[in-house]
Amino acid sequence: MNISRRHLMILLPAAAVAWKHVLAGTPADSPNYQMSEHWWGMLIDIPKCIGCGNCVRACQTENDVPDGFFRTWVERYHRSDWHLENPEVISPDGGKEGFPEVQAGEEGMFFFVPKMCNHCADSPCTQVCPVGATFIAPDGVVLIDPEYCLGCAYCVQACPYGCRYIHPTKKVADKCTLCYHRITKGLTTACCEACPTGARQLADLKNPNDPIHEFLKTHTVQVLKPQMATGAKAFYNGLDGSVR
Amino acid sequence: MSGMKDAGHLFRFAGLFVLAFLVFLVVRTYVVPKSFGEYGHYRGAAIGEIASRPIKFAGHQTCETCHADIADTKTKGAHAHVNCEACHGALAAHADDPMTVTPVKPDTAVLCAQCHTASAAKPKDFPQVDPADHSGGVPCETCHNPHSPIIGSDSGASAGSGSSAKTAKGGAK
Amino acid sequence: MSGVEGYIYPNEVTLYWSVLIVLYPFITGLVAGAFILASLERVFSVEAVKPTYRLALLTALAFLLVAPLPLVLHLGHPFRSPEMYFTPHDTSAMAMFGYVYMWYLMAVLVFEIWLDYRREIVLLSQTSKGLLRLIYKVMTLGSSNVSARSLHIDDKVGWIVTLVGIPSAFLLHGYVGFIFGSLKANPWWSSPLMPVIFIFSAMVSGIAAVMLLYMATTKLRGLKIDMRCVDKVAMYMFYIFLIDFSLEMLDLVHRVYEADESFRSLNFLVHTKLYFSQIVVQICLGTIVPLVLLFLTQVVKLGEMARKRIYILSGSLALIGVLAMRWNVVIGGQLFSKSFLGYTTYKMALVTREGLLAAIGLTILPLLFLWALVKLLPPWPDKSLHEAATGD
Repeated sequence: MNISRRHLMILLPAAAVAWKHVLAGTPADSPNYQMSEHWWGMLIDIPKCIGCGNCVRACQTENDVPDGFFRTWVERYHRSDWHLENPEVISPDGGKEGFPEVQAGEEGMFFFVPKMCNHCADSPCTQVCPVGATFIAPDGVVLIDPEYCLGCAYCVQACPYGCRYIHPTKKVADKCTLCYHRITKGLTTACCEACPTGARQLADLKNPNDPIHEFLKTHTVQVLKPQMATGAKAFYNGLDGSVR
Repeated sequence: MSGMKDAGHLFRFAGLFVLAFLVFLVVRTYVVPKSFGEYGHYRGAAIGEIASRPIKFAGHQTCETCHADIADTKTKGAHAHVNCEACHGALAAHADDPMTVTPVKPDTAVLCAQCHTASAAKPKDFPQVDPADHSGGVPCETCHNPHSPIIGSDSGASAGSGSSAKTAKGGAK
Repeated sequence: MSGVEGYIYPNEVTLYWSVLIVLYPFITGLVAGAFILASLERVFSVEAVKPTYRLALLTALAFLLVAPLPLVLHLGHPFRSPEMYFTPHDTSAMAMFGYVYMWYLMAVLVFEIWLDYRREIVLLSQTSKGLLRLIYKVMTLGSSNVSARSLHIDDKVGWIVTLVGIPSAFLLHGYVGFIFGSLKANPWWSSPLMPVIFIFSAMVSGIAAVMLLYMATTKLRGLKIDMRCVDKVAMYMFYIFLIDFSLEMLDLVHRVYEADESFRSLNFLVHTKLYFSQIVVQICLGTIVPLVLLFLTQVVKLGEMARKRIYILSGSLALIGVLAMRWNVVIGGQLFSKSFLGYTTYKMALVTREGLLAAIGLTILPLLFLWALVKLLPPWPDKSLHEAATGD
């Protein structure tokens, strides 16, 4: 099917309307989004990750993440048969440009692990914030108020997953917002949008029709560092025990 | 009450305390942001501010409103679950203004290798090749239609996608 | 990525708590320690240490005035710091700082010093001239009542304030330990012993600092050092030091024996990047050497000169050791990755807001404050004032 000029005349205004609808404002003035009706998380399907770095690049584009800092990054694990507890891990530039190739027949197991803020329900980072500049929004997303943050970095110290950093120019804490500006408008996150294999899937636990429920029913999932008891909401399928 | 009189200086000290505390309370009512405490111990307005940050990735639903033909090809092929902007990059600017913002067509020789270069770290069932060995530098699209890459799976093959790219002005091809 | 070994999470390359955060617990520790020494005389009636009483209080005040500066300077947005007072987050240990600090500064230290000096302040407001007279006038809060009965009331109230002050001093410094000790994400910090170790090392450093300051100021004024006093102070320092050392060793032994998931990583750290500051400076030079020296003064009869030299040496070493301990806690806790697979390096800046020069400045500043305080409120009995005074 080809698109002619005449088609464009009809299609473009329709698309523009659709697009404007997507852009329509904030939760406050967007009647379509009710914070109380959502409880956001993320499903990360390790067996599907190919370590292409698309998510890292997409995140940096979408959120203007400064060079050398990461709201999401990808690690490559090499779990040797002989040192199960001490894997070899690399993440060159956060995996932004992919990874060096691994020759077939190498000893041990290789796999990729995408990392991001776990949007913990019992988040240690929001617990320690002295002023209430980082918080769990009513829809379960852990956010930072850049207008209120002191830049004391206590939250950076408190995060067990290394997801936070101090923004080098804004001098406030920064991290993944779960693309809050997107998910409140019905879009998925930039990393999920850009992931070519579906290794990352945004999940709304309060939505009974979200495929996450079927997935959780049929798969063995784990969160990172469960001993930290943070109520992490980044669910990993196929997570190896050597991952930390 | 001589006892009270001899403790008078203590009351002065205490008075300073009370005064300072009152000043603190008054100042506090002025400087704490209005929306603080609306949902919890934070500035409620921050949620709206964060939610209104600009979007860079338009999302495949938006792409599909115009590029329905490509979406059609895609859904039938092996790249059905690869979203448009996974390969074409963030294009909200193009969705905003399709006539003036026209995206650059990706170079398949580079793009495809990002995912499909063979590595033992990748899942076994993921199609992988050694690009140099596989094509010897010939762009992938010569044989594969990127929107439906398995050769022969798509009736239009690579030619179909090529023609759509020419006609769809400013299209995402 | 220079200075990175092994694998660290990509956001862990930069260290966010710099040398200023090393200084901060060191300074509050001196405050708490100096105050506890002062309270020995006041509450526990240890007569021998009386010559250090007022000096200890002024030292505590001088350091307490500087204590928040390193914290504020290290913030990304220093001018937002009042938010800690206006909207303190009740689950944050750090949010408590503002309130504990204010309480300790105004309700304990300033109040106690004011009560103790009130008679002198009133007399000075009548005898001095010019700007000083005005300052003293303001400090009297407009009350020149120095009747025997009012001074008796001051004494009683002062005793209560000191009594309240002891737990407050523990709270002020214990909470600093809690800031670190309560972070489950960091195994180098996460320990219920942390606040206790912080308090005891604080007492050691505070007592050492006051002892050294007392000896120095006495020497400068050309007077004879009261050896009965210094011996007693050194004795207290020795015993508290012993408790401090035991606690630190308990913590260390426990970590080594338990050897949990973080052990490999931390063990490597202590043997490499922290070897000099922890093993050499903190444990050997800063703890074992002064402990042995102080032990000698307790069991061997030594001449006055030898004792003085030992006290000066061990006091200085103890201060260096406690500063090294703060360094090892604060910086050490950020050198390893929370993945336990790698390490980063701390590169201290020189002239930035959080650099070495700022740190040196903040170490000297309390001494300048102390000098000003001593000028304003002389801690040693003044003959002319004594004669002019009515009571006592």
